[in-house]
Amino acid sequence: MDASTWQPSRAQPNWLVRLFDYKPFLIFICLLPACGLLLAFLTYPLGLGIYLAFTDTEIGGNGEWVGLDNFISLMDDRIFLTSVWNTLFYTFTATVLKFGLGLWLALLLNHQIPFKSFLRAIILLPYITPTVLSAIAFWWIYDPQFSIISYVLVDRLHILDHYIDFLGTPWAARWSLIVANVWRGIPFVAITLLAGLQTISPSLYEAALLDGASPWQSFRHITSPLLMPILAIVMTFSVLFTFTDFQLVYAITRGGPINSTHLMATLAFQRGIPGAQLGEGAAIAVAMIPFLIFATFFSYYALGRRKWQQGSDND
Amino acid sequence: MATVSIRTVRKAFGSTEVLHGVNVEVADGEFVILVGPSGCGKSTLLRMIAGLENISRGEIAIGGRVVNNVPPKERDIAMVFQNYALYPHMTVRDNMAFSLLLAKAPKNVIDEKVGRAADILGLAPYLERFPRQLSGGQRQRVAMGRAIVRDPQVFLFDEPLSNLDAKLRVAMRAEIKDLHQRLKTTTVYVTHDQIEAMTMADKIVVMNSGNVEQFGAPLELYDRPANLFVAGFIGSPAMNFIRGRIEGGAFRSGSVSLPLPATAPASHTGDVVYGIRPEHLRLDPNGVGATVLVTEPTGSETQVIMQLGDAVMHTETRMIGAFRERISHRPGETLHVASDPTLAHLFDVTTGARLS
Repeated sequence: MDASTWQPSRAQPNWLVRLFDYKPFLIFICLLPACGLLLAFLTYPLGLGIYLAFTDTEIGGNGEWVGLDNFISLMDDRIFLTSVWNTLFYTFTATVLKFGLGLWLALLLNHQIPFKSFLRAIILLPYITPTVLSAIAFWWIYDPQFSIISYVLVDRLHILDHYIDFLGTPWAARWSLIVANVWRGIPFVAITLLAGLQTISPSLYEAALLDGASPWQSFRHITSPLLMPILAIVMTFSVLFTFTDFQLVYAITRGGPINSTHLMATLAFQRGIPGAQLGEGAAIAVAMIPFLIFATFFSYYALGRRKWQQGSDND
Repeated sequence: MATVSIRTVRKAFGSTEVLHGVNVEVADGEFVILVGPSGCGKSTLLRMIAGLENISRGEIAIGGRVVNNVPPKERDIAMVFQNYALYPHMTVRDNMAFSLLLAKAPKNVIDEKVGRAADILGLAPYLERFPRQLSGGQRQRVAMGRAIVRDPQVFLFDEPLSNLDAKLRVAMRAEIKDLHQRLKTTTVYVTHDQIEAMTMADKIVVMNSGNVEQFGAPLELYDRPANLFVAGFIGSPAMNFIRGRIEGGAFRSGSVSLPLPATAPASHTGDVVYGIRPEHLRLDPNGVGATVLVTEPTGSETQVIMQLGDAVMHTETRMIGAFRERISHRPGETLHVASDPTLAHLFDVTTGARLS
């Protein structure tokens, strides 16, 4: 057989090959692992949590269905109401600060500055440190006796005459936690907003410059509207992460002093696991769901996709 | 409207100098095109006129006023960018009105100016659309509209047609030229396409690696290119170059002999380059024999790539001819061509400068 008469052989495929060529079967097989994982590790725990919220289950005992009793009793629970207020205040303040400082950092890094890539790497540091490690570091920073801030202010600069009790009073503790959260959250905001800034074509700024825009006007009319879609996504994530924050608060204050810094997540854990009231803990956790849904919808619809982004893109 | 004077302008990025002392005078109302291969510095020069790049040395004056230290918005210029740089989140109307809005113009003035620009450019039906919803040609027009509403002293265009397909490019070429004839605003236009330069410009600046090779009217550049670079850059298909010597009142290269241009110096010693444009070759039974390599009929003319002289394989004698006649010669057959000595050019081999 020479090159001109050679034909590729076409063997009859066997049943296994034919089965995998059958599209519905292939779709089923490919989706199975993902669906299985979602069912086992997401749907089941979520469903169980919601079910527990309507029972009076305790650790080591089978609970009974109690309907809305858990939620009704939470309505009169001052600690729960404080934790709701704390969560809202914590989320709102930390988000505003994170976005203000993060956007400012991103704008700085978007300019030609020396050591740009080095600074960019430095900024990521708080984000790559394990949360509990940074929480312990903050715990030391906020320590009533060994705080470095108090040491510098009192013993070095002589600005204050007494050590600050960061975690001993409710408001000081709340602000201390917010500062720790902002410190951890800024890198995420700064880096993602920087990515968003870099998608804006430099020629738009040049066009605005020729159109007579001042730096503030080009920020207001070019940067901020073009950054809004990515800002909406980053803000959604940031709000969700902050609202459900647990590690920082639990490691630094454990909800104290006198339950004044409990977030809903820490209170749910406190009641459910150390307090053994699984049903009540689950009810507190379930109470977070409406807030989270509202936050998601708000940023999706209020800040999300704009009309100018629609239509064909035939660049 | 205003003149633009570029006087011994130099530009360096760090230690690399990209413009080496450029001089160009643009008269009031003139349409001047900067043309050259990529990296020749033409866009940099345009951005320096706009104020987007600072001027390392020399000076640029717009309307008699030196603008070296004048910020872009006070130079009274408008620029059309290669990628149009339309604000994606603004409608066509807002894109055009943006500069007026920043200048705090009253609403009725904005409406009137935007309306007038939209009428000139045929954009009236699209005023409420976003840039994404427009075709390439429409976006191009919006970019021009944004420049027109400002009523500037000088229009700057940075390769505005290179993102369009070939057919639209030809149409927009005529449109921009027509617009200039109506508005009579001084215009500086950058392109790498010599056809665009030839068809649109009042004057062309041919640039090459940071230097001006020649500055003149399009046909002047075509008829009397100052050097080999301009000769090879202007005209399509490109001019044929043959290397050889002047001997006994004729040009000789190997066995090929061609008549000299009348203006040629009779006694030039050393090698010269003989240049003849493809369209200036004609079929002549008494001419030089050439072996046909490829024929490319385009309908209106036939381009023939041929090997001049006898079978001596010598790449420098390969030529392109563009003939009005239809030629049915097959590859390998012989064609007899003659060059018109009045239309031929002679260049010095070493300097590339025109001889005569």
